[in-house]
Amino acid sequence: MQDVREALMAGRASDGRAVRRPLSPHLQVYRPQITSTLSILHRITGIGLGAGTLLLVAWLVALASGAGPFATVQWFIASWLGRILLFGWTAALLFHFCNGIRHLAWDAGYGFEKPVYRASGWAVVGVSIAASLAIWAIFCR
Amino acid sequence: MAANEAMTGKQTAIMRSELGRVRGLGTARSGAAHWWAQRLTAAALVPLAVWFVISLLAHLGAEAPAMARWAGRPWNSVLLLALLIALFHHLALGLQVVIEDYVHGEGTKLVGLAVMKGALALLWLAAVVAVLKLAFAG
Repeated sequence: MQDVREALMAGRASDGRAVRRPLSPHLQVYRPQITSTLSILHRITGIGLGAGTLLLVAWLVALASGAGPFATVQWFIASWLGRILLFGWTAALLFHFCNGIRHLAWDAGYGFEKPVYRASGWAVVGVSIAASLAIWAIFCR
Repeated sequence: MAANEAMTGKQTAIMRSELGRVRGLGTARSGAAHWWAQRLTAAALVPLAVWFVISLLAHLGAEAPAMARWAGRPWNSVLLLALLIALFHHLALGLQVVIEDYVHGEGTKLVGLAVMKGALALLWLAAVVAVLKLAFAG
């Protein structure tokens, strides 16, 4: 009997020819690495920050609409749901910001050595967690 | 069956040359314009995001009039508009790639891209009008 995984060995070459190779990446058997995890996290935080722009737009429009609407938005931000969203926004922004700088360094041709991209990945994780907690501990208690 | 076809080594004959198949498609349709705009807006957002977050933290708990006066000062209005331009451009480019990667039907992809860009345009205009109103409020 054939290995059932053969069913997934159905890739296509760029000219459309069928070739026997796995469709990648195999998410069921793929061990997460710091590189791949931060890569998808960059996209997820980007989408999250996109949702967060709704709050930014609401805040600016309320500010331009007068004290009443602004108080409503400020009340929402100060509520427990607002605070959870704002903490998520802080963490997502800091991560996307730090990892974005890492991406820009790659685009300029720096940091492609294995120890370097691993270290820079963990540095991004450390800095974004520490900075999020620090900002909230100092300013948003 | 694609898998069997691959394992037996059979392949469909392709009569056109590699050059013939790509001729007329341009540099992968749009060249490096999308890639380059994504990087330029990212670089612009580095200082703008830092300025915006520090400004917000400096005004925590501020009342509406104080906040509106801050946003209405000329340089603050200019930087807010610059932030909105870079941010929404960067966001539209990023979400475009996400939709192109995960939505496979040509029709749904087109509709998804149009709806996303339209919604972002409206949000962006609303924010820009709000900043201009604050800037010209006096």
